[in-house]
Amino acid sequence: MKSIRFLYAAYVATWLIHAFYLGSLVRRYNRLRQRLMEISKK
Amino acid sequence: MKRAFPILAALTAILLVYALYQALVVAPTERTMGDVQRIFYYHVPSAWTAFLLFFVNLVASVVYLVRRNPKADAVAVVTAEVGVVFCTVVLVTGPIWARPVWGIWWTWDVRLTSTLVLWLIYVSYLVLRRFSDSAQTPVLAAVLAIFGALDVPLVYFSIWFFRTQHPQPVIGGGGSIDPRMWHVLLINWLAFSCFAFLICWSRYRLESLRRDVEEAEALESLLDAPPGHDAKAKVAHGEAGFNRRPQ
Repeated sequence: MKSIRFLYAAYVATWLIHAFYLGSLVRRYNRLRQRLMEISKK
Repeated sequence: MKRAFPILAALTAILLVYALYQALVVAPTERTMGDVQRIFYYHVPSAWTAFLLFFVNLVASVVYLVRRNPKADAVAVVTAEVGVVFCTVVLVTGPIWARPVWGIWWTWDVRLTSTLVLWLIYVSYLVLRRFSDSAQTPVLAAVLAIFGALDVPLVYFSIWFFRTQHPQPVIGGGGSIDPRMWHVLLINWLAFSCFAFLICWSRYRLESLRRDVEEAEALESLLDAPPGHDAKAKVAHGEAGFNRRPQ
């Protein structure tokens, strides 16, 4: 029963790492799009 | 190509859910370790995917060194970054498996240590790309990537050459696993490889956008430059434009 917790912890940790990275990609993408729009407005 | 992305993303999501079902429900329970062995279906495919990405990084780095092709440089950055993410998964899931099976989170075993060194090499690669402003950064990074890739076979074959606590490799390790476990392992690897490909695709688009922004900023600085200010020289020396901080 205790080992099940480790199994779930590993799977949850895997998806948290991927979710965090995908989130960072979205943030960077939005920042760059905004910057490009600012430059094109000038 | 842009239309293909959502279709591939949907197919990959279905494949990942199917692979998760296979790993948690269909795969047989290992006799001695019990359910905790199922971590293997995330740990091993993540390691293989990281190795594959580092191999692509090596090829792209060599191509960049030979041809100075900026697209090869962009592929190298993308695969190094996504490879580090998958290698992080390996380094996190490994200790979570080790705690109930070995009774410890970590040991300075050759396989574990060489994997940590591999991760550190590629993290240093990314740090170099992020914080160095020199126009020579892509060249230095490509050379570092070649040294990093040399660690990959060391990680994989360390189990053959040294006494280690880590289980034998699934391929070429001399051991055998249940065919149903093999099947689940391969499905998970396929799912993670498709997922990695999609992340690389997105990251490549981000890299292209970043380079577009840098070009636009360089042009802007040329237009805004006061009389006597040599913005062209700034671009030429890599302080602005395509060569600047190729993260």
